[in-house]
Amino acid sequence: MEHIRTPKVENVRLVDRISSKKAALGTLYLTATHVIFVENAPDTRKETWILHSQISTIEKQATTATGCPLLIRCKNFQLLQLIIPQERDCHDVYISLIRLARPVKYEELYCFSFNPKLDREEREQGWMLIDLSEEYQRMGLPNNYWQLSDVNRDYRVCDSYPTELYVPRTATAHIIVGSSKFRSRRRFPVLSYYHKDNHVSICRSSQPLSGFSARCLEDEQMLQAIRKASPGSDFIYVVDTRPKLNAMANRAAGKGYENEDNYSNIKFQFIGIENIHVMRNSLQKMLEVCELKSPSMSDFLWGLENSGWLRHIKAIMDAGIFIAKAVSEEGASVLVHCSDGWDRTAQVCSVASLLLDPHYRTLKGFMVLIEKDWISFGHKFNHRYGNLDGDPKEISPVIDQFIECVWQLMEQFPCAFEFNERFLIHIQHHIYSCQFGNFLCNSQKERQELKIQERTYSLWAHLWKNRGDYLNPLFRDDPSQTQGTLHLPTTPCNFMYKFWSGMYNRFEKGLQPRQSVTDYLMAVKEETQQLEEELEALEERLEKIQKVQLNRTQVKSKQSEPSRHSGFSTSDNSTANTPQDYSGNMKSFPSRSPSQGDEDSALILTQDNLKSSDPDLSANSDQESGVEDLSCRSPSGGECVPSEDSGKDRDSDEAVFLTA
Amino acid sequence: MEFSELIRTGQAQAELLRGPEMPPLRGTLCVTGHHLLLSPGPQATPDLWLLLLRSVDSIEKRVAGDAGTITLRCKDLRVLQLDIEGVEATLDIARSIEALSSLESVITSFPFFYRPKGLRLGEAWHFHPPERYYKRIARETWSSPLPVPQTRAWRLSEANEDFSLCPSYPRAVIVPRAVDDDALARSARFRQGGRFPVLSYYHAPRGTVLLRSSQPLTGRQKLRCAEDEELLRAVLAEARPGARGFIVDTRSAQAAKQARMTGGGTEAKAAYPGWKRLHRPLERGRPLQESFVRLMEACGDPEQSMDRWLSRLDGCRWLSHVKEALSTACLAAQGMEWEGACILVHGAEGTDSTLLVTSLAQLILDPLSRTMAGFQELIEREWIQAGHPFQLRCAHSAFSHTRPKHEAPIFLLFLDCVWQLGRQFPLSLEFGEGMLLALFDHSYASPFGTFLCNSEKERCLCEVRTRTHSLWSGLNQPKEQRKLRNPLYVPNPLAIWPSVEPQSLRLWQGLFLRWTHPPEPSEVAWEKVWQIATDQKTEGSQPTDSASEPQP
Repeated sequence: MEHIRTPKVENVRLVDRISSKKAALGTLYLTATHVIFVENAPDTRKETWILHSQISTIEKQATTATGCPLLIRCKNFQLLQLIIPQERDCHDVYISLIRLARPVKYEELYCFSFNPKLDREEREQGWMLIDLSEEYQRMGLPNNYWQLSDVNRDYRVCDSYPTELYVPRTATAHIIVGSSKFRSRRRFPVLSYYHKDNHVSICRSSQPLSGFSARCLEDEQMLQAIRKASPGSDFIYVVDTRPKLNAMANRAAGKGYENEDNYSNIKFQFIGIENIHVMRNSLQKMLEVCELKSPSMSDFLWGLENSGWLRHIKAIMDAGIFIAKAVSEEGASVLVHCSDGWDRTAQVCSVASLLLDPHYRTLKGFMVLIEKDWISFGHKFNHRYGNLDGDPKEISPVIDQFIECVWQLMEQFPCAFEFNERFLIHIQHHIYSCQFGNFLCNSQKERQELKIQERTYSLWAHLWKNRGDYLNPLFRDDPSQTQGTLHLPTTPCNFMYKFWSGMYNRFEKGLQPRQSVTDYLMAVKEETQQLEEELEALEERLEKIQKVQLNRTQVKSKQSEPSRHSGFSTSDNSTANTPQDYSGNMKSFPSRSPSQGDEDSALILTQDNLKSSDPDLSANSDQESGVEDLSCRSPSGGECVPSEDSGKDRDSDEAVFLTA
Repeated sequence: MEFSELIRTGQAQAELLRGPEMPPLRGTLCVTGHHLLLSPGPQATPDLWLLLLRSVDSIEKRVAGDAGTITLRCKDLRVLQLDIEGVEATLDIARSIEALSSLESVITSFPFFYRPKGLRLGEAWHFHPPERYYKRIARETWSSPLPVPQTRAWRLSEANEDFSLCPSYPRAVIVPRAVDDDALARSARFRQGGRFPVLSYYHAPRGTVLLRSSQPLTGRQKLRCAEDEELLRAVLAEARPGARGFIVDTRSAQAAKQARMTGGGTEAKAAYPGWKRLHRPLERGRPLQESFVRLMEACGDPEQSMDRWLSRLDGCRWLSHVKEALSTACLAAQGMEWEGACILVHGAEGTDSTLLVTSLAQLILDPLSRTMAGFQELIEREWIQAGHPFQLRCAHSAFSHTRPKHEAPIFLLFLDCVWQLGRQFPLSLEFGEGMLLALFDHSYASPFGTFLCNSEKERCLCEVRTRTHSLWSGLNQPKEQRKLRNPLYVPNPLAIWPSVEPQSLRLWQGLFLRWTHPPEPSEVAWEKVWQIATDQKTEGSQPTDSASEPQP
């Protein structure tokens, strides 16, 4: 609270990015947790809520005649452009936000004040929804080859690993500890995924401290043990997910990669995924393209190409595909590492698991996958996503890339996933929101010390409660389709990697498809189900009445008819009621501009006008033409969706807002 | 029959490769007057494989040893490979295909011989004449709440009954009531190809109109034509007192000015009070054809890396053309809907980009044109009857080795824009991607007569209506519906304003990558969509009966 210099500024304008002429006048509030903009327009009083933890950068631009512009960029790709009348107010807001957006203690984060009005028992149950020991059981572990090791009890060996780890039965504590000393940050090889169909595993670790010639007997024995744990194959792959040059450079620092001569029966493979710094810059470049004002097709395609973003996504997918193929087709186990084994390794292991195992393509399975490969194995959420003020060079969109890989797969296989795009977007949102405790800290050890489970709520429970919003109506759960590996085409097809405007331009609604197939189908499905139930009830009643056979069929058809119509009429009404606001474009239409003189000067004029009308045509996208308001048909009744706009629970925020 | 002279060989043994994921077919290959047949033998499951020779775009032959290979690139963008036993047979078959696929005579083309079961000749040809549209306008103007003078503002003129005014217009056109046939004749003489301004769409909610024409023949001397000026003046006067109009010229101001050197030009400002000119340059002709060719090269290249894909896509310019076409259509629609203005669209000839803009603007504004029947009517009225020269434009597709003369994929660009609309408004079009793909295929090579010839006049000379089947009667058969219809359709009475930002436009994979990229997952998805959507609807009657019975 002490950081808020001015809690309220009036007559602030919120500029619409697409049509610069439209700006909403309203009041800006700063609270302990949110920036809130409330429009003055009496009929709507539209509110825009931004969590402090979502703020990525704040930029104060040169004062103009109309006021002092403030640009707020968010980690969920929202872009807010405010114009504050007084320079002094703007400065106060700026200084306050700079501080509020960079908390220094975990206790300042939103999850410690967020209260979704659940009692203690409900909260604890929420944390129990995703249980990793259950997951290892599902994989068929422990078994003859793999066992649960207690070597990392109390984080004695590796403080960024969880305590429960699966290792080959033949790997003794001596081997494990020895191997851990030969690996960066002591992240020794452990099991990530077990493919019970053919008893093949995906293991993960960090890079070996091999330098130019160092060896470690225990580490060599460790890899041997992994190979022996899948008796069907006489070798294992060791996949280094770094570009070869980077890996070689690491050797000079006493790190590096496995020498095939020293390890028996390994096949070593580089798959070049760039490091976090390259990825950070790439995202930055891509977002600049997204921010371009009415770009031409060339501006956009060139910008996207130059950002390299889709190339990096493809590199991650290629690595995942390589591993999935090694496991399912060659029947060979794979050990994956990068440098520290918590970024690229997590991406690649989870993509491969997703390709291999249909369970991870379900709603709950996907939560398990993130819990396992990311949260438990010490992906540094705090550093990568800048939850606390820290080194900006540590920030990188690592999990964002994984989430995009999943989306790219969903585009390719529309029936293979139980969840929809919204699910991915909401997970991405909450990784940054700090509204739930799941993604706090850098490791399980830190989370335990902070007593996260006692003091915060779990996102998984929240998502599970609202699962109706996240279902993919096209999901085919029949075994023939979902069991087994997703097979991607063997020919390289680059066009399959598309720009994800649903994520990176998600707050520019005008750019998105204006009608949602998913929502429509879910609504139809629900309606069908209701009708079927109704029909069943009616049939039962009819049987009781025991009418003549002929009579019965007639009534039945009569009964089903009107209900069908009522179902569709709702959607018709909502269509007709859609507001059409298009006034912003009228000014721009060249007709209103003064024009006179002979033909030639008129020509020049129209040319100018043409230019000026360009952005407005794209602002077409701005009005909500023909959009059906589908939210009213949303099966769950639209209750407590972690809202697109602000990402918070309404009731609770109201409370926060009042206390501010 | 003259075909027999062109067929060099009876038959040969061959193996057919139909692209990835499709099993090869082995059997007896045979060339007939209109088809290439492969008969895999009596016990095989597909008992006959058939290819319309007209759909072959280019042919390559290669011989090695005592066998040969023929690669056929089709107008629907398919690539087929035939491995044939015998060098002589290979060369003969290749030569026969070459000769037969490039026959130019219309009346010996396949539609004149095609007699499918279940269809009657003459069926569905009567569905879409201009008279029908005029009736709709008359009804709309009568029932409109607008002031009385407007209600009788338009008439159906038969001044072009014998195609003497304009060879590329239909017999009847809709013009302002205040302008008589003599004035039309004068105006026609002042417009390239006689394409004087006619009504294309009446926007009932605002009482405004969309007109189309060709460029005025002002020439170097800046000629004027009183009747032409009177025609456009009458349009404004009858719309509303003080109404304004916009002339959307689909060429750049520079190009329009240059056209004066060759006798063309554009409307002088002083001569047409109340009208303002906007220039929205759209690509047409050879550059558009080359864009299409380059795009197909890029899509067919298996070697490229992710690095180069996007810049190659950009280099093709195709998506830029899509963006420009949609923007211009939005501009025209915006003018009518929000400015209450009348719009006249023309480029030079008024048979290509003009029609692209007017038809897209109607889809955006007019809910009826988004139904199955309305869309067919739109294509019939705004493309076929409006004189888009299909025969010339669709003579070759993207693979032809011959230098393009008149080819240009304007109609394909239209279909792509419609696909983009459908992607942004997935519930608002009654037809699905399958319909757009079918239209693309049939516009380049078809057993039906609908896309034959370049104008109504030519179609009359060839007796297309009486001697061939209409595509619409073929498409409206019940068995085709699951492929063509959009099961998600919910009538939407509003205008659908698309986003034309690059982020919102996508490459139409379903068309450009239809044969190289296995469509299996998306086909499964489509089935599933149908299944869910029709679960609901099967209990009642058909969702709409507009296909079998178009709007009167």
